[in-house]
Order: sequence, then structure tokens, then C-alpha cells
Amino acid sequence: MDILQIVIVIGLLVLIARPLGHYMHRVFSNEPSRTDRLFGWCEKPIFALIGLKQRTGMSWKRYACSFLVTNFVLVALGYILLRLQSGLPLNPNGIPNMETTLALNTIISFMTNTNLQHYSGESGLTYFTQMAVITMMMFTSAASGFSVAAAFVRGITSKGNTLGNFFEDFVKAHTRIFLPLATIVTLVLVALQVPQTLDPTLTVTTLQGATQQIAIGPVASLESIKHLGTNGGGFFGVNSAHPFENPNAMTNIIQILSMWSLPAALPFMYGRFAKSGKQAWVIFSAMMLLFLVFLTVAYTAERSGNPLLNDIGIDASQGSMEGKEVRFGIAGSALFTTVTTAATTGSVNNMHDTLTPLGGMVPLVEMMLNVVFGGKGVGLMNMLIYAILAVFICGLMVGRTPEFLGRKIEPREMKLIAIAILAHPFIILAPTALTFVSDLGMGSISNSGFHGITQVLYEYVSAAANNGSGFEGLADNTPFWNISTGLVMFFGRYISIIAMLAVAGSLARKQWVPETIGTFRTDNALFTFLLIGTVVLIGALTFLPVLALGPIAEYLTIR
Amino acid sequence: MSTTVQEGTEGRSRAEVVWIALRAGVLFIVLCGLVYPLVSTGLAQLVFPHQANGSLLKDSDGRIVGSELIGQSFSADPGAFHGRVSSIDYMAEASGSNNFAPSNPDLIARMEASIADWQANNPDIPVSELPIALITNSGSGLDPHITPQSAFVQIPRISKVTGIPEVELASLVNEHTEKREWGIFGETRVNVLKLNLAMIEKQRA
Repeated sequence: MDILQIVIVIGLLVLIARPLGHYMHRVFSNEPSRTDRLFGWCEKPIFALIGLKQRTGMSWKRYACSFLVTNFVLVALGYILLRLQSGLPLNPNGIPNMETTLALNTIISFMTNTNLQHYSGESGLTYFTQMAVITMMMFTSAASGFSVAAAFVRGITSKGNTLGNFFEDFVKAHTRIFLPLATIVTLVLVALQVPQTLDPTLTVTTLQGATQQIAIGPVASLESIKHLGTNGGGFFGVNSAHPFENPNAMTNIIQILSMWSLPAALPFMYGRFAKSGKQAWVIFSAMMLLFLVFLTVAYTAERSGNPLLNDIGIDASQGSMEGKEVRFGIAGSALFTTVTTAATTGSVNNMHDTLTPLGGMVPLVEMMLNVVFGGKGVGLMNMLIYAILAVFICGLMVGRTPEFLGRKIEPREMKLIAIAILAHPFIILAPTALTFVSDLGMGSISNSGFHGITQVLYEYVSAAANNGSGFEGLADNTPFWNISTGLVMFFGRYISIIAMLAVAGSLARKQWVPETIGTFRTDNALFTFLLIGTVVLIGALTFLPVLALGPIAEYLTIR
Repeated sequence: MSTTVQEGTEGRSRAEVVWIALRAGVLFIVLCGLVYPLVSTGLAQLVFPHQANGSLLKDSDGRIVGSELIGQSFSADPGAFHGRVSSIDYMAEASGSNNFAPSNPDLIARMEASIADWQANNPDIPVSELPIALITNSGSGLDPHITPQSAFVQIPRISKVTGIPEVELASLVNEHTEKREWGIFGETRVNVLKLNLAMIEKQRA
């Protein structure tokens, strides 16, 4: 039954991804279509209100600048709201203002689509900031990521100097994708028992006569966009493990598919832009094959359980249940964990800190690679960057100038790609190493031994990959962690996006080379495996040593 | 394109980007941060008021005894079905667990204490039949469910304390065993609060 439910969910995803990708192509190709009539009426007043008179194409620099300025404005406004939240409306539980470094961390975290949370929602935010800051940023950061991905794809598949208009993309991502989908998913979740209310914390007398306070609030509206936008920040501290956020197996599957289907649809959007359905399948199957390997490892490790508890004399046949919920069991937990770190959502329905060593290594490695589907557009961009790298390496081996989609890949692009690829391990490994020589960082580790190394590593990997899940035992609400992970999230998001937009800008300007018999094909199964090989090679070269110190060493000690 | 970013208009257009971004920022805070959640709340309260307000559970007298989704602490009462271990003791104003790593010595110590406690209070059921789910900490600390097996192993103890025959308790557990959704998704499970409520009402009747 475990395998069956997993297979059904994966099957549903494959069914959804292609039509959804083609729909997204219609949204971002800006060609007149039926969807204009459906959404034009609400977009016109929005364009008028923000003062966007002509929707002319932008150069890559102008596109990147518009993206950055918009994000900066939202960060500034959001920061002010967090710092003043106690005096704003909708604060029935009397929550105080947020502390400076925590507010800074929170606002960067949500703007970069990371959703690393160093606060706990029940006690750290008012209903107003849960809505106007957190829920709002879940939309805007996801829409920003989608816009950038659309621009990148336009750049590498079209001729000219422009990548599209950022503000037009940003508005359309809201009106045609996120707002309608989120509203529907919200209502379905409420029907399945996720609360949506503005009433304060409930107080009930329990069956045993004790008093129980139950935190509640506008949960469902946050929950839907949390997954659709691959954000991952929970309303409550324990995220989707909380019975109000994720009350049963059906909500669990809806959340899994919500966070997975948009990233999985992006390769098909790209295929339409590149006018090659095969290109789409090459990228999609590379992602899916990697995913299936990771899922198998996670499921097997959790089902086999923790050797130390298997030997303790109880009936441990169910597997590793520490940190997991009975209603999801091993299958529902392993699938959620593998999807949330593949799609870089970062929501959790079980505690990743309590996963078995190899089960916990799966989310870690997926975030290190950052290309197994990947969230909000960035995953597709990363995968395409690896595709260009694969073409480059193959070109070197046969002594030809590498080409991708009919464009020559030259030193300028390769330099930018090197920056995009190398920034990721650098902002993970450098702060991890620094933490181990500082008392400020070491003091936060809650699990001793090799697992402590993994806790620190996981925190920075999650921040750099803009994932946001955590090994939550780590006592991370201190100025040291707030500032260091804040910086890592910031660089993790913006360095690679700007480098990739620059690559797109430079490719868009190039002359097309006619395809000949000698052209290296990038639309067949061979290239799928070359692509996977490149991803695994780069990942292993950069991260294998540190994995050996953390999860692998822990696995060997308790085996 | 080259018409929009000409040399002379560069400065003006840069200011324009900032101006548009500012207006877009404010507009989307209102749209996504206020209109969307408030409209959702209104719709939810209108169409699904029971679910939207936390799926509260009432006893036969109509008194609210909690939410069917949120577990409660029964560990002090040997005559009730116990839920899973909760480091926060089911205090639902917060949520969480100790996040013990699989290699953490404190985890083993806690498990051993649970086993000793089990042996003292449940002499009829050997430790080898004690299911792991019952003595592990759920992720949320608020897990309302246990596995059916975790309920069955508690029957001898409860029967001894309350005097309810074991067969009656077993049929009560069977009655309250929730199946997998559509027969496929999720796990079979027992809601501890509902089960205890049913047992109390049975005693009263």
C-alpha cells in the first residue's frame, strides 16, 4: 500500500505537469490568447494603478534592476510592519514587536522564497503580519522567481535584445497563476478541516478536566500559497506536521502536488518556448530520475528504522516513527520530505532532525544539487545552466565550439555560469567552517557528535538553496544565526539569478548557428544521462567530503 | 526595444522603475496580504464554518471537549487510552518536539524510561509487543492519533482499572479505527480523544 500511494501521486504529477507547463507558456509568451479575455479585466486596472503605461521589453540589466528594486521595496515595507506589529490591527493574542536581527532574517527569508523561520508562528507573529507580510511575500517572491525564469527562458530561446517586461510578468504570475490557484486550494483545504478564522487562540476544558489553549488563525489561506509558491514557511512552528496545517492524508497529497506541479511544469513551458517537446522531456526526465533515486533512499532508510531503537526490544517494525505523525506514516513522510527539498519548498510534515542518517542525507543532498525540480523557476534555470555546462564539457572533449539551442557558448557565458555554480558551495561551506571555530555558532548545536555537524551544515545548505527547512533542534534564533543565514539566503538568491539573467541577455544577442550533421544533439536520452552525470559530478566534487563528516559518519557509528 | 533605453531617457526611466516598484509593492501588500486572506476567511466561514473554526468536538451534553484534530494528554490516567509521547505535553498554544537525532543518547534514555514505565503498568503485555509509534515523540507534539496496535496493547490495563470487559474495549477500538482514505492513502489510525470520549460515554450510559 505504501508503494501504491507513492506511485499514484507521482503518476498524478506526470499527468498535471505537461498541460500546466503549456498553460504557463501561454501566460508568459505574451501572445494574444483566450486567457487574455479571462484575466484582462483585472489586469488592466492593476497596470493602471502601478503606473505601467507601456509594457515594452527590457534589456537583461533593466529586467534585473526592476526585479531587485521591487524586492527591495517589499523588504523595506515588510520590515517596518514586522517591527510595528504589536500596535497594528488583528493582534488578538497580544504579540510584541519582532526583534531587529530576527525581523531582518525573517524578511530576507521570505523575500528570497527561503522561508527559514527562526521565530515560531504561534508566538512571534500577529494575524496581521501573518497575512500582510508572510502570506503576501509568499505570493510576491514566488511571482518574482517565476518572472525571472520566464525571462531566462526567453533569453536562451529567442533572438533580440530584450527578455520581456518584468512588471508585466510579475502581475501576470499573480493574476493568472498564483491568486486563482491559491483561492481554489484554500477552499479545498478548509473543506478538509484546515482552519481559517480570525478568532484568537481557543481555550477548551479537556476530557481530563485540564485547560488546553489551542493556537488557531487564518491558516488555510497561508497553507495554499505556502506550497503553490514553493515557500514552505509554516503558520505554526512545526509547519505541516501540525494537525491544523495538514490534518489528513488527503491534505498531505494536495500539499505535495501543490508544491511539486509548478516546478515540474516549468520544463514543459521551456519546451514550448524552445519549440521542442523533446528538450522538455530531456530536462524533466533528468529531474525525475534523480528524484526517484532520492525517494528510494529516503523511504528505505526510514522504513528500516533507527538501528539503536530496533535493538531496544520493542516492536519497531513500523520504522523510524520519532518525529513523524501517525496519519502520514513512513510513506507519506518520506514522500513529503523528498518533494519539499526537491522543489525547494522547505515545509516539513515530519522533523528532519529526527530522520535516520541516510534518510536525513536525502534532503541535504537535494538542496546541495538544487536542480531536482527546484522551486519557483530557479530549479529550471539551474538545470539549464548545468545543460550548458554539459554541452561545454562535451564540446571540449570532441574539440568543437560548444553550442546550445543554436547559439555558440563562449568565454563570457562560461565565466558567468562558473560564478552561478560556484557561489552555491562557497556560501555553504565557508560559513559552516566558520561556525565550527566560533563559540557563538557551536553553542546552538543540540545533538552532539557527527549529527551536530549535519545540523550546522543543513542550516546553511537550506539557506543557500532558498529551501527553508531545518534540522530544527538547532537553537537558531540568536543574532549570530539570524545575521549569518540572512546573508547566505541573500547571496544564494541574488548572485545566481543575476548571473543567469546576464547569461540569458548575452545568449539572446548572439547570431544563430545553423544546425548541421555535426551539431551535438541536446534532445535525446544520451544527453539526459550526460546532464545527470554533470550534476552528480559537480555535486560530488564539492560536497562529498563534508557529507562524509556528517551524515555518513553518523550512519557508520550507529549501524 | 532600443527605443525605450536610449541614452537620454536612461535617468528618467530609472526613476520610473523605482516609482512603479513602489506602487506595485503597496498594491500587492493590499491585494495578496489583505484582500486575498480576508476574502478566503469570509468564504471559508460561510461555506465550511465547522472546519474553518478548528473542527471542535462536543460530548453528548453539547460541551466542547477540544478539537478532534489536536491531541490531549491522558498519560496521568491509567484508565484512559494514552496518546504518543509529547515533549510539550499536548500544550497546543505552541507545537514541537525535542528533535532528538537518531544517535542522541537522550533519545535512548527516554525510550528506556518509557519501556520501564510500560513494564510497571502493563504486566500483561510483553515489551516485544509494544509498538514503536506509542513511545516515540510525534513531530508536532500534538498528534491526535495512535496506530490500532498501540490501542489494542493498552486494553488489558484499561480493563483492569475501569472494569470494562476486554472484548467491549476491543470492539470500541475497532469502531473507532479510521481506515486509509479511499482505501489507499495515509495509514489506519485511532483518534485517541474520540476513543476516550466514547469510552467515557459508554461508562456513563
